[in-house]
Amino acid sequence: MSEPMVEQLLDVTVTVNGRPRHARVPARRLLSDFLRHDVGLTGTHVGCEHGVCGACTVLVDGAPMRSCLMFAVTAQAYAVTTVEGLGSMDGLGPVQQAFLECHGLQCGFCTPGFLTTVTAFLCDNPDPTEGQAREAISGNLCRCTGYQNIVRSVLRAAELRAEAT
Amino acid sequence: MKPAPFVHHAPRTVDEATAVLADVGHDGKVLAGGQSLIPLLNMRLASPGHLVDVNGVCGLSDIRVDGSGVRVGALVRHAELERDPRAYAALPLLRQALAHVAHPVIRNRGTTVGSIAHADAAGEMPAVLALTGGLVEAAAANGDREVAVADFFLGALETSLRPEELVVAVRFPLFPPGTGTAFAERARRHGDYALAGVAAAVTIVDGVVARARLSFVSVTDVPGTLDVTEEFAGLEPEAAHWRDCSDRVRAHVAPETDLHATAEYRAMLATELAWRTLAEAASNALTVAA
Ligand SMILES: Cc1cc2nc3c(=O)[nH]c(=O)nc-3n(C[C@H](O)[C@H](O)[C@H](O)COP(=O)(O)OP(=O)(O)OC[C@H]3O[C@@H](n4cnc5c(N)ncnc54)[C@H](O)[C@@H]3O)c2cc1C
Ligand code: FES
Ligand code: FES
Repeated sequence: MSEPMVEQLLDVTVTVNGRPRHARVPARRLLSDFLRHDVGLTGTHVGCEHGVCGACTVLVDGAPMRSCLMFAVTAQAYAVTTVEGLGSMDGLGPVQQAFLECHGLQCGFCTPGFLTTVTAFLCDNPDPTEGQAREAISGNLCRCTGYQNIVRSVLRAAELRAEAT
Repeated sequence: MKPAPFVHHAPRTVDEATAVLADVGHDGKVLAGGQSLIPLLNMRLASPGHLVDVNGVCGLSDIRVDGSGVRVGALVRHAELERDPRAYAALPLLRQALAHVAHPVIRNRGTTVGSIAHADAAGEMPAVLALTGGLVEAAAANGDREVAVADFFLGALETSLRPEELVVAVRFPLFPPGTGTAFAERARRHGDYALAGVAAAVTIVDGVVARARLSFVSVTDVPGTLDVTEEFAGLEPEAAHWRDCSDRVRAHVAPETDLHATAEYRAMLATELAWRTLAEAASNALTVAA
């Protein structure tokens, strides 16, 4: 068919959590797979690979986007932040801390996508209402928690951020 | 699943992009935000041999607002257009509709032009382009052209765009003075594709309805408009029985039954949303005039 006989390989360098990460990958390498397989950052999870579940959400120049719907080669133009970039070895970030305190996760599969999405949301809207918090997470699926504790976590994260400043 | 192998092209200019498109012909696809195309590639519903990634092309990121309308470049993300204060002031319908396009995270990446080129009748922005009577600016190695919306959408996911053409921008003309607009839709969950959606534009001149038009999401094959001026012309907006358009709407829409809703339910939704958006658009028209 139309598929090229020889797979095109590209030298790709993406800035991930502030560090340039390089790999030689096929042109069709999704950013999600680049992060997990080539860079070894397995915090970014992959659920559906068609944009619906939100588990793979990362920050691209600070804005949340689906890493399963971007090619690594395209991502070279941006700075990518994964869930690993939201905290440090010394301590959790405010959103991570809030999810821990409020039991915002059970199995944890969906959590990286929630953490990145909520981190960006609180930058835009530091003091959300419960309704706004619900709306903010409406693009992320969780099969365990029933969402109540995630909504609580978002509101708690807003408090923790306010206390920190 | 993963996409089939392809050759990636990263042109930096419109000329480079159209040269590649001319070269690869039917075996090429433009990659913009990827929020519709990459799911299709991942599911292997499409497997083009060449992807022309236009994300690095200069000159396609502008939103231009002037007395004639809003011109949106091919790399303007839905979220950027939604936030743009000048575009909102000139054409509130843009933001009214964009708030319903997918979830904010998808809007951060997906482009408005891409959703028009994709021509999904379940997309909000094709319906908005139809209601405004917009234009598509297409560039190609062998010449540029402008396509009126009526000649652009041909069928489900089908347009008159040729494989060698790149859409560089779409233009949404302004409505006449005295026009109010409204947009409403119902989805299973806010941000999902609509079960049915309606955009309305009502023009009030000298206190009475001079023009009333509708366009629809998810209930017609091709994004198009329904003119219901006849039903309401000359009436004061408060005196208009907006439900009187219901038979016309029922006759216009042709929804299909799927997993999420029956055809009958979608037709009912479209009819209900139609009169409500007309009423809201008329009320917005009066506010604009005041
Ligand atoms: C979970 C999810 C939910 C969604 N919900 C909605 C929704 O409710 N409503 C809605 O309208 N959309 C929805 N979308 C789709 C989204 O709006 C897309 O961003 C949009 O449809 C396509 O824009 P894109 O820039 O991502 O285009 P791409 O995915 O890059 O391209 C789509 C198609 O258009 C062609 N194309 C793109 N740009 C050009 C150009 N400049 N010239 C020529 N051809 C071009 C491509 O070749 C391809 O065939 C959803 C997507 C996802 C993943
Ligand atoms: S894996 Fe990307 S949205 Fe589900
Ligand atoms: S905690 Fe298990 S899917 Fe959300």
